[in-house]
Parts: sequence; C-alpha cells; structure tokens
Amino acid sequence: MRVLSRRILFYALTALAAITVDFFIPRLMPGDPVGALLARLQSQVTTGTIKSLEAQFGLNTKEGLWGQYVHYLNNVLHGNLGISTGYYPSTVTDVIKGALPWTLGLVGVATVISFVLGTLLGILVAWRRGSWLDNALPAMTFFQAAPYFFIAFLALDLFSTRLGWFPSGQAYSLGTFPAWNLSYAGDVLDHAVLPALTIVVCSAAGWIVGMRNVMVTTMDEDYVLVAQAKGLPKRRVVGYAARNAILPSISGFSLAIGFVVSGALLTEIVFSYPGLGWILLQAVNNRDYPLLQGIFLIVTFAVLAANLIADFTYVLLDPRTRQEA
Amino acid sequence: MSASTGFGTAADTPGNLPPADATALLPEPAAPGRTRRVRLPRSPKILIGLGALIGFIILAVIGPWLAPYDPSASLSTTNGVPQPPSAAHWLGTTQVQQDVFSQLLTGGRSTVLVAFLAGVVATILSVLFGVTSGYLGGLSDDLLSMLANFFLVLPALPLLIVIFGFLPSAGGGNDLLIGLIIAVTGWAFGARVLRAQTLSLRNRDYVESARIAGERTWRIIGFEIVPNLIPIIAASFLFTVLYGVGTYTAMAFLGLINPNHWSWGGMLFLAQQQQAEVSGWWWWYLPPGLAVAFLGTALALLNFGIDEFINPRLRAAGLSRRRARRTGAAPVPRRYTLGVTPVARAQEEGQR
Repeated sequence: MRVLSRRILFYALTALAAITVDFFIPRLMPGDPVGALLARLQSQVTTGTIKSLEAQFGLNTKEGLWGQYVHYLNNVLHGNLGISTGYYPSTVTDVIKGALPWTLGLVGVATVISFVLGTLLGILVAWRRGSWLDNALPAMTFFQAAPYFFIAFLALDLFSTRLGWFPSGQAYSLGTFPAWNLSYAGDVLDHAVLPALTIVVCSAAGWIVGMRNVMVTTMDEDYVLVAQAKGLPKRRVVGYAARNAILPSISGFSLAIGFVVSGALLTEIVFSYPGLGWILLQAVNNRDYPLLQGIFLIVTFAVLAANLIADFTYVLLDPRTRQEA
Repeated sequence: MSASTGFGTAADTPGNLPPADATALLPEPAAPGRTRRVRLPRSPKILIGLGALIGFIILAVIGPWLAPYDPSASLSTTNGVPQPPSAAHWLGTTQVQQDVFSQLLTGGRSTVLVAFLAGVVATILSVLFGVTSGYLGGLSDDLLSMLANFFLVLPALPLLIVIFGFLPSAGGGNDLLIGLIIAVTGWAFGARVLRAQTLSLRNRDYVESARIAGERTWRIIGFEIVPNLIPIIAASFLFTVLYGVGTYTAMAFLGLINPNHWSWGGMLFLAQQQQAEVSGWWWWYLPPGLAVAFLGTALALLNFGIDEFINPRLRAAGLSRRRARRTGAAPVPRRYTLGVTPVARAQEEGQR
C-alpha cells in the first residue's frame, strides 16, 4: 500500500539519519574511547597495547571520512556496534542483548496498560463531563509534569522502604537463577510491579487528557446527535464516538512513545532494573562511548518500530487512509 | 490525519501538548487596522498556573541571595549521616552536611534559566521552520517537514545523553550551552503544530489580498500570519519550557551536568547516589523533586488554560442548556471569549 510504503521509507531514512548522527557526534567532540578505557584501567600500558586497542576500536584507520562512514554503516547493519569500554572485553551488542529483554518486557507491558487504561478513563471523563471528574484533570497534570524518576523515588520510599510491600530494586532476588518455573516468574513479577506502576502512573495522565479532549470535540459531531436522536442508549452513543475519537490518540502515540521510553529508562535507573536504562547509567559513569552510541541506536530503532506498528494499526482502523492508496 | 505525511492533523495531541486542532477553532482574524479587544482568559487554571510560574521566576532571581548557607559548604565534618529538618536547617542536611534548603534556593536559578532559554530558542526555531514550511509549500515544505518529523520520532533523551556524554566536563556547567542543546531537540513539535495552522491560514482572504496587494512574503508571514498564531505559539512555548525543565533535570539526574553547578536535578543526582530514597532521607530528595514537579504543573496548567482559550469546547463549564437541565445543574451560558462559534467540521478537512 502506498501510504504504508511511504511511512516505511520515512522510517528507513530516519534510521539512516540516526546512524549518521551517531557516526558524526563522536567525531565532532573531544575525547576518545581508548583514552577513556586507559583511564579506567589505570595501569601501566605499553604502546603496543594502545595500538592494538586502537585497532580494535577502529581508530587507527587511514581511511577518509567517507570510507569510515561506509565501514561504520556496514558494521551497524551486521549488528557490530564495537566493543564496550566499560564492560571490556564484551561487545556492545552482547551487553545490549543482555539488557534489552528486561526493558522490552517492562516498558512494553507498562505502555500497553497505560494506553488502555488512560484511553478508557479519558472516555469516562468526557462522558461524565461537568461532573466532579473534571476536577481531576488539573490534578493529573501533576503526574504528567513530575519527572518519572521522582515518582519512582516516592514509590520506592513509600512502598518498599516504609511499607515493605515490594522489593527495592533489581529484576529478581539475589541468589535466584533465571529458570522457567513459577516461583521465578512470581519473583520477577514482584520486582516489576513498582517500576511498571511508576511508568503507568506517569504516562497514563497524558492519554487521559488527550483522549478526553478529542472525545469532547467528537461528542459535538452531528452523527453523535443523530445517534442520540434515534434514541440509542447512551452507552452505545459513547461507543460510536469513542471509536472515532481514538484515532488521534493512536497517531499521537508516535509523539508520546519517545517520552515514555525516556522516562522508563530513568525509572529503571532508580530501581536498579537491569534493562537498557541501567546499562545507560553505567555507560555514562564509565564514559563508555561505544555503549552510549549503541544504546542510542537500539532505542531509536525500537521507537521507530513502535511508530510503524502504530501506523499499521491506524491504517487498519481508518478506512479513509486505505482509499487514498 | 493522513498517515502519508504525518502532518496536517487534527487533535492528535496526547496530554498537555498544544492542540494541533481544527482550523476553524482559531479566532477569526481581525480585520487589519481595527483594534481588537482581546479579553484575557480568567480561568482558575490560568490564574493559578501564571501565579505559580511568576513565583518560580522570582525564586530563580532572588533565590541564591536568600540562601542562608553556601550550598556547597560542608557545615560539619564530624557527622556522616544526613540530619532531618531542624530550626537551623529547615530542610535538613545532606550526607556531607550541606544545607538542603540553601541548595534548593540556589538550584532554582539554573533550572528555570535553562528551561526558559530552551523554550525561547526552540520557539523561535519552530516558528521559523513551521510557518515557513506551511506558507511556502512545495519542495521546501517537504524538506522542512521531513526534518521536523525526523526530530519528532527520534527519542530525545538517548540522543542528548550521547551529546552531553561527549561534552567535556567544563561544558557541563554552562547554562547557555545546555539550553541551546535542549532547544535543538525540542523545536519539532511546535513546528508541526504551527505548520498545520499556517496551512489553514495561508488561503484566507486577508492573506490572499495582502499577496495581491504585492506585499513581500516575509511581511505577509510576519504581519498577517504570525499574529494570528500567537495563542498556539504561546502554548508551544510553554510546552517547550516544560520539556526543558524535564530534560535538564533528567540530564543533571544522570550526572551529566557538573553537580557543583547547583540545580534541582543535580540535587536528585546526589540524593540518588547516596541512596536517600531507600534510606528514608525524604528531606533530601523530596524538596527538589516537588519543586520540579510543581514548576512543571504550573506550566502544564497554564498550557491547559490556553488550550481551553483556543478551543472553548474543552471547557468543563461549556455545557449546553439541554444537558445542563438534564444533569440538574443550573444552565451555564456559553461564553465565547472571542465571540466566535466554533465550527465542528474542520477536522475532517485535514484528514482527506
């Protein structure tokens, strides 16, 4: 379909642009990864070691900028993102591979919950417009405006330290080993509740307000009036309106997902959750540039993929976009 | 919304983003030359938001002078445990016995300054890019839209972390530089909204007549189009300031900003490093976190109020008489601040 192929082309170009940005930033800035690694090792290093490290990080090349760029593109396409200086000698790809499932699980589930919950609540608030629920809207702006990690601080202090309901961090208890059994799954779930709750509380407010605002506008449309005039029960009228009002929420998904992912990464840091956010912090602390760049690329690709899914859903739901093709 | 361009859309705005909404909801442009009395909105949201925002700005200006202690000074070397609030230290002390209250007062300046700087620069960029691309159309529109879309889908936080990570630590305490970098990643949303509105304005009669009268393009953009976009520019400005607050705080929280350059995010960074949140030292992390949250809430409330000003139908009080009678409430007269009845069909035009 034309619409979708254009979107895919746009995302492919965006991914290419992200790779390009990733390639140029370190070359525009001072500092080099080998220097950072040597500073970390803090030991006597021979010039031979430095040379071999430089070769490993691809810094000794005599290629021109264009040659380096093509080389870099080729590496990225083959999943070769270089070697982490912080987790030396692990490759960036391996470090990310270990962390990615945790983030995908946590952020994926939390985002779906908050989208569904927020949309439903938004419909409710618009339906009961003029009731006390409207007063809850300004209160919601607090959760929207508060940084995710601050809400995470509060959740941790209250529910973990003071009440002791949930563990205070990590993704599973120390001493347990990943296994496919019920007790391990329960343990993982127990550790995921607080971070997921933080993400849901912070991101749902946006969906509620967004859905409510579109819903209020939709409820004024003629077809809603017709449905009411026909004497349909209020529940069904709201259902008709909601199906139309949800479209902008889905296309707005692409705007929100970047914020949610960013917030989720910071939430992971507070909870020492072993996902991308946590290794991002390690990368920052260690000045682990290859890992930083690798995480940037992976997060960008993930966000682009989420956008593409939202676009597909949109085309699936709105016949008008299909007619265009 | 036509999924093909990702632009030109209706109210696809989650949360407190300014509405990309409906062309007809804009106030009708006043006839040139006639002075129009705009009644400023007086909703409680706007008043509370504005009041709190002004409070924060005053705090940012005078806060560092009010601070009773030097925020970086260790006031006692004998005690290694944060002290709870007392008469001498209203908000207690940190691990190394620095006064939290002084840090809070000092840290406001940098936080507010960076956020507003980012807001101003990003708004200028978004007006420049958005209005130009909407008015000119054609290839320049395609390219500028592409650029805006690129910045829109790119997750800003990891990008900023990479940029700040590579900055030498000396650059980590320069408010101007920080604000500029944040602005570069934050202008795209405003540009998108402004472009959509400009598209709807460019073919209005008064713009057409200015064009026929031989006005130069830049004059038409500056004097005919931009003045009619002011509520949307204001909303997008507030949104970017909010974005700046969050982003700057996040960068400082990650330790990417020199922690001796006091900011609320930097305080949270130090608190997290000493595990204040699992040790029950609430007086250390609660004040800066609440300060950031309330500053953000003030901005979001104000934005909310402007949304309702632009689109009166979002108001809770805008009930029709019929509905009001049914719910048993006293009928609330509709009062359109600018005397224009909104037309309901604008959204569909954008979707075709």
